[in-house]
Amino acid sequence: MKKNLGILGLLVAVCVVTAFLSGSFLSAYNVENVLRRSALFGILSIGVGFVIITGGIDLSLGSVVCLVGCALPWLLTVQLWPLPLALLAVAAVSLGIGLFHGLLITKLRIQPFIVTLCGLLLYRGIARGFTADQTVGFGNEFKTLRLLATGKVPFLPGFELPAPLIFLALVAILAAIFLNRTIFGRYLLALGRNPQAATYSGIPTQRMTILAYVISSGLAGLGGVLFVLDVNSAQPVDFGNFYELYAIAAAVLGGCSLRGGEGSVVGILIGAALMQVLRNMITLVTTRNNVEFAIIGAVILLGVVADELARRIAARRRAAHVLETAGVR
Amino acid sequence: MAKPLLEARRVSKSFAGVRALKEVSLTVYPGEVLAVVGENGAGKSTLMKILAGVQSPDSGELLVEDVVRTIGSVQEALSLGIALIHQELNLAETLDVGANIFLGREPHCCGWVDAGRISKEARLVLERVGLKVDPSTLVGDLTIGQQQLVEIAKALSVDARVLIMDEPTSSLSDHETKVLLSLIRELRGRGVGIVYISHRLGEVGGLADRVEVLRDGENAGSLLGNEISHGAMVQLMVGRELSQFYPHQSHQTGEVVLEVRGLRTRAYPGQAVDFQLRAGEVVGMAGLVGAGRSELLEALFGVVPALQGSVRVSGELVSPRSPRAAMDAGIALVPEDRKHQGLFLEMGVRENLSIATLHKEQAGGFLNRTKEKALCEEMIPSMRIKTAGVDQPVQFLSGGNQQKVVIGKWLATRPSVFLLDEPTRGVDIGAKQEIYRLMEELAAKGAAVLFVSSDLEEILGMSDRVLVLHEGRLSGELHRSELSEEAVMRLATGEQTEAAAI
Repeated sequence: MKKNLGILGLLVAVCVVTAFLSGSFLSAYNVENVLRRSALFGILSIGVGFVIITGGIDLSLGSVVCLVGCALPWLLTVQLWPLPLALLAVAAVSLGIGLFHGLLITKLRIQPFIVTLCGLLLYRGIARGFTADQTVGFGNEFKTLRLLATGKVPFLPGFELPAPLIFLALVAILAAIFLNRTIFGRYLLALGRNPQAATYSGIPTQRMTILAYVISSGLAGLGGVLFVLDVNSAQPVDFGNFYELYAIAAAVLGGCSLRGGEGSVVGILIGAALMQVLRNMITLVTTRNNVEFAIIGAVILLGVVADELARRIAARRRAAHVLETAGVR
Repeated sequence: MAKPLLEARRVSKSFAGVRALKEVSLTVYPGEVLAVVGENGAGKSTLMKILAGVQSPDSGELLVEDVVRTIGSVQEALSLGIALIHQELNLAETLDVGANIFLGREPHCCGWVDAGRISKEARLVLERVGLKVDPSTLVGDLTIGQQQLVEIAKALSVDARVLIMDEPTSSLSDHETKVLLSLIRELRGRGVGIVYISHRLGEVGGLADRVEVLRDGENAGSLLGNEISHGAMVQLMVGRELSQFYPHQSHQTGEVVLEVRGLRTRAYPGQAVDFQLRAGEVVGMAGLVGAGRSELLEALFGVVPALQGSVRVSGELVSPRSPRAAMDAGIALVPEDRKHQGLFLEMGVRENLSIATLHKEQAGGFLNRTKEKALCEEMIPSMRIKTAGVDQPVQFLSGGNQQKVVIGKWLATRPSVFLLDEPTRGVDIGAKQEIYRLMEELAAKGAAVLFVSSDLEEILGMSDRVLVLHEGRLSGELHRSELSEEAVMRLATGEQTEAAAI
């Protein structure tokens, strides 16, 4: 928990600064909006967090969001599939993609970066293919279904919680329990720390790695469904574009090390929220949306550098302490 | 006496808070062989690295011919005439022998490498070390022993006045060793100061003019001329009589626990290995580096499954296709490389101790934290693991305590076959004895213990029986009554003996 204090402080600071600079930041409408976006990106970030914890990377999830986000309205409105079948199909596709990645990475030992980079190109290409680059959407139909993403749950007088936040809460609780309370979570963390020692300890490393990619793609699929329900339509050319980078950045900001073995669900959630507050701040405070990437990039870099510096100081202190106690002995 | 070539005065060095050297002093005179001996982890290699500029000392000073110098890099050491032959080979396998010998100081003409000169001069130094290969041979195609000789040729080619050799014979055959020893004597005759580190005390006794003994990072004493004897060195090394050091007792051996038939490993597919282990036995496995000992253990533990052969544990056929399968059959392996294969360095003692038994203690996939805590409460005191707490990351533990954590994690699986690969490498003397005691206890409780070691003292001191491997083949088996350093080395270097027929 202590590790997350830094990033939590940064989140609070950005919120305070934004509230100070823009009167509309704390309006109920804006808060709901930021929460909704944070929830949607939070789901993706938790997914990619599992992969990062094993020491891998998943670059494909923006394209999985695109594939699922296009496939669902396309199956429902163009192919006229019944709803349960369409949902089952997109679930199967996204989980199948994870399995496919996991098998390539563990059995053929292809590097995760390459596998998922190809996935990034492949799945968007497929989506653009079957939609013929045309926007697909629900139009005025499926209003009830869309409530899963657009709906609101009464919370405080004059303030309602956006529905995706409920999904995020469920996902986050399950993920936290999985990571911290089950033997599989422990295996994932151990595998990320030292894959060789994990093998020598009898951990089924291949199965655990595959599982991480299935979780990542599966949550990307869930995210894709919620994203398209939220915005009603998807343009295959840019739907979900760069989402993998937002998700990876959130996970890294939240304390996941790309070296593997480190990361907490709470940290990832804070990281995802920070990303969305930053984007919101840029929209509210500046009139120039085109600096968005520059600002986000700079803030992430600052956060990661500060974290690394703090870690070094802690390590130096600990070494000095050990030396001291050794000297006494 | 002549002016010293090289002198270290009160040199200290620590790594991440662990003191490796404490005010160690050493003097090297011209025309002598100074042997530096000590247990694993006594600080020999660290001291040599400091002398050769690989590492710099935290305090103390270095004098080259009575002038205080800071030796900041290997280049600087070489220019002062000090060359180190590493224990681990430092050769570029994809380059040829000549290129390796002149690596970093190629004779050249306006940037063009003078290949002819390299070839000519390489041939000369290769001849001196008695290595009959062409300078254009790729280093990767040589045996480990030949590579070691290339390393020595490389040091010779710089005309070093102080030549430091860190375990130069550990991977040489008998013949190669003899050539090297006569070369050392020749260099000594020409006034070179030689610092010689070896575990093989027999070798040291026959070669050294002076012996400096290190123990736990400090000078433990030195021996001159006639004082040099096996017993005297060991006594200084361990600080007590050898017979008290190894807690070996003769065991009541029982049923055959492990039976291996026709096992072929990927490293040596041409050699089928057969052997048995009985309950209550401590069996040592000796052999040179690269003899296939670790590969054999890894095949038994399913890390790199064997190509062929049968493995029976207590009469039951098992097929160790994965470590988990081997564990289920009652086999445990304490791997050779503690830091990379044995431990999760950043994780706590608790998580490291429980990792191999989590799947047995689970409740529907959930961690059983009570059991995990109970395991720590049992293991930490019973194995005397010195740690600040159960959640202390194991990277902050000493080598000995780290090794105890690895052993503890496997004790928790209650194995009937306990395999240990170099169990005391890089471990201080106190922990070493505790590890021996644990091996004894395991055997007394009826497990079969098989350990691989490159430390002959340890093999001789701890084994009821010794299996010797030579290039993947089981070249012989020696019972405790037949054990001697010479007998083991004969089998390890592949010399035929009648004993092999047993």
